Amino acid sequence: MSSEKELKAENLLKIKHTPTHRDWKDPSIDFEAKRGNWCYSGVVKSLKYLDLPRPETKWAPTDEDWQLPENWQEIILDGLRQRLERFRTLRVFMDICVRCGACADKCHFFIGSGDPKNMPVLRAELLRSIYRKEYTLAGKLMGKMVGARELTLPVLKEWFYYFYQCTECRRCSVYCPYGIDTAEITMIVRELMAEVGISIDWIATPISNCFRTGNHLGIQPHGFVDSIEFAADDLKEIINMDVEVPINKKGAEILFITPSADYFGEPHYFTLLGYMMLFKEIGLDYTFSTYASEGGNFGLFHSHDMIKRLNAKTYAEAKRLGVKWILGGECGHMWRVYHQYMCTMQGEQGNLEMPKSPITGTVFENAASTKMVHIAEFTADLIKNGKIKLDPSRNDHWTPTYHDSCNPSRAMGLLDEPRYILENCCNNFAEMPENTIREHTFCCGSGAGLGTDENLEMRLRGGLPRGSAVRYVRDENNVNILLCMCAIDKATLPALCDFWAPPVQVGGVHEMVGNALIMTGEEERKTDLRGEPYAAKEESEDV
Amino acid sequence: MTLWYSLILVVILTLVGLFGSQVNGLQPLFGIVLPYIALVTFIIGIIMKVLKWAKSPVPFRIPTTCGQAKSLPWIKNDNLESPSNTISVIGRMILEILFFRSLFRNTRMEIKEGSKVVYASTKFLWMAGMAFHYTFLVILLRHFRFFVDPTPQFVIWIQNLDGFFQVGLPIFYLTDMVFLAAVSYLLLRRLADSKIRYISLAGDYFPLLLLLAIGTTGFLMRHFTKVDLIGVKELTVGLLSLQPVIPDGIGSLFFLHLFLVSCLLAYFPFSKLMHMAGVFLSPTRNLANNNRMKQHVNPWNYDVKLHPYEEYEDEFREVMRGAGLPLDRDPEEEKK
Amino acid sequence: MFDSKYIIIGLIIFVLIVTIPISYNLFALNKCEVGVPELEILPKAGDKCVKSREYMRPFHMDLLNQWRDDVVRRGDRFTTGPDGKLIEKSLSNTCMDCHSNKENFCDRCHNYASVSPYCWDCHIAPTEIRDTDLAIHVEREEDN
Repeated sequence: MSSEKELKAENLLKIKHTPTHRDWKDPSIDFEAKRGNWCYSGVVKSLKYLDLPRPETKWAPTDEDWQLPENWQEIILDGLRQRLERFRTLRVFMDICVRCGACADKCHFFIGSGDPKNMPVLRAELLRSIYRKEYTLAGKLMGKMVGARELTLPVLKEWFYYFYQCTECRRCSVYCPYGIDTAEITMIVRELMAEVGISIDWIATPISNCFRTGNHLGIQPHGFVDSIEFAADDLKEIINMDVEVPINKKGAEILFITPSADYFGEPHYFTLLGYMMLFKEIGLDYTFSTYASEGGNFGLFHSHDMIKRLNAKTYAEAKRLGVKWILGGECGHMWRVYHQYMCTMQGEQGNLEMPKSPITGTVFENAASTKMVHIAEFTADLIKNGKIKLDPSRNDHWTPTYHDSCNPSRAMGLLDEPRYILENCCNNFAEMPENTIREHTFCCGSGAGLGTDENLEMRLRGGLPRGSAVRYVRDENNVNILLCMCAIDKATLPALCDFWAPPVQVGGVHEMVGNALIMTGEEERKTDLRGEPYAAKEESEDV
Repeated sequence: MTLWYSLILVVILTLVGLFGSQVNGLQPLFGIVLPYIALVTFIIGIIMKVLKWAKSPVPFRIPTTCGQAKSLPWIKNDNLESPSNTISVIGRMILEILFFRSLFRNTRMEIKEGSKVVYASTKFLWMAGMAFHYTFLVILLRHFRFFVDPTPQFVIWIQNLDGFFQVGLPIFYLTDMVFLAAVSYLLLRRLADSKIRYISLAGDYFPLLLLLAIGTTGFLMRHFTKVDLIGVKELTVGLLSLQPVIPDGIGSLFFLHLFLVSCLLAYFPFSKLMHMAGVFLSPTRNLANNNRMKQHVNPWNYDVKLHPYEEYEDEFREVMRGAGLPLDRDPEEEKK
Repeated sequence: MFDSKYIIIGLIIFVLIVTIPISYNLFALNKCEVGVPELEILPKAGDKCVKSREYMRPFHMDLLNQWRDDVVRRGDRFTTGPDGKLIEKSLSNTCMDCHSNKENFCDRCHNYASVSPYCWDCHIAPTEIRDTDLAIHVEREEDN
């Protein structure tokens, strides 16, 4: 029935942002009617491999009975108490929200769905109401009157629905006068749900794959080697040069880690080709790793334990291979983990050295402790020091705009490096409206483990603000490619652009670098990395 | 519904205050005992709450970066939006606490022509918030003429500035007007905007209504139902020099005003008003974005189950050998 | 990371700020001046004031304001007192006829409650008349 409802723009655009119906304290949700807005539950195999609680229970969100353990309320409330003791953020965020509503229309899911519980303030209230009931006198005595609720099964189902409708993008926290970060609350609620066996498959399976094989896609070592060799062959056809890619090479200077989608998905793949060309051109002494063949970390979308379990491989592999420092590719949440969590979780690594570009001699003091440098910082430094030659006219067939991914912008502050690179690689760069870029940037609507097909309606809804901004520059500036620096963006923005702003393509920053790169001893290239012919100078005028 | 709960509560409190001020013999309770209880609750309550927050660590450094981070030396660091050191953090916090920086960013979203999402800057909430908090502060400072004896000079300056236009007698203070207007705006906004009305709880209406009641009784006392100021000051200075007295003949409105203020003070530590202390302690704002420069230590950083390389190689040794990947341990080589 | 040091310093500052009035009063800069002003005993005791003491304490400024408006704007200079006598609506002539000492009568309370009325922007207190007159007089004589 409702699963057959057509995903057409005009249907999705009937959005009302004025809540009029029942009190928000009523938690009931009709999962059947809301198909397309939630994700499937975790599969047995993955949950089992990760030793997660109650892996055998097969439940679906549409089921009446979610087969929870008898004492599930106790488990969650105990877990909540423990986390209140561990996270000052949670304590403070539970107590100080004044419900001013500044965050309300900042969430892409609220903008696209009009569902009042997608206002960040209410998303947090879903947990806060339970907190009040348990930890405040007024909540215990006066209940609903002061916004307190009992933890019941419908409330848990409501948590499942709405905390898997948050992409942890932190846009709300930019506008909050107290910096309340819904991502933090979402992370903790997802953790609590996992303790009673509630996980989603799109998160649990990538984690389980990554834990076992080193990457989310479950690619085994030989498969990894094949993919990289395949890419080298592809590249040879375009640039007519042999590109050697070291894998698991002990004693290399730098360990390079990038999201696994880069060597398996499109349009990520073109960015990988860009890296490979760049590294060949500057003669970088680096290595890929099969054991740490994933930059992304879906643990971030599951629990703090999972972040640490997956992230440990990065330093362990750096130590085993004896590299001096680590270089990280283009990704979003990967960099949230590397920037904000890794060094705290794993401790400083005595075996690594202060990152120093072997080409320019620049010391990356901003990575003095973590010893991991972002590829955009690395490349921007190369360009600034004139160590690579670029011909931006080789990108003239593209009119790019740049989508700041949530995590690099709001959890890292990486804003100007990619823009500097693009200015040097492209002639036609155009920015989207200012309320939709940099720290104000909008999520793709599919981050934080929500980029799955069964969730497509919600993803398209959440993508409306970004889609609308892309359409604006498409119409105003003839933009035909949306560049980004996040593997999830690259995977999900194509569907979004097809829906909201066709025919805009999606690409990565280092794809543009690869296109523009003038390689020593190169022969004339006929096509760009996508196999598209370069725009001839006179043609580019009249388009 | 929540509005009515709050309104009824404020009306009840007002009636209680009126009753207390009318009945002889209850004045020591309303003029001395309750204010002291309220003040002690306010101070101890806030300290306890903050200590409770403080007992939980900040395990991760998770600032929300709202500008360019410090990276390469030639890229300009936006140090007030993405501070890289303590001084810049202090700068960011000053902007946040004194000027409500984040609220200043506020925008209003609209969907136009069916599918165009547009954003307009909206400063009303910021303006009302600033107006409310700062006039409240000025009014509080002006009250020092009742709190202490002799009155400090700065209070006279504030009074002169605040009553600059010399309208009415006693002179109307600008801040009184702005305060009442701002609180009313914040209340009406909660009611008029369906989104805000939907999220509002009793705990959101109650402090606004209480503040309106306090402001109104104060205003009435100054301009209409006057009270004996000399007696008022004798009482408040008595309270605040720990030698309480109840002078005769103070108007009953004063006791109502004092009672409502006592309610606000006592309510403060148990409510959202704790944002006053919380704004200092929010980890997304008060931490430097120097994550990769300086290690942040998590006091409860326990070990988790890992999948070490040795186990990985054990599982994939054959395919790794087949793909020509180097092995750390090769049993076949060892056999030879 | 707890940052206990900063939090404790912050809490101490908070307590110090909140208790400023108490510490100020207890260690008041001028301990001798503390206290409720005693009003002057009138030399012309027995004469009735235009209104009762209970009315005058909180409302005298309203009465004076009304009188000013009556006299200056409407030329209405007289009213009848409680005992039926005709009274001139005048601060200097009527009020200060009995309450002749501004310092003792007006200023004591006004200073205590930090009220600075603008009566004296135009009116000149009786005692001051004599002093300034004298001063001008002396100056003129010297000029001559």
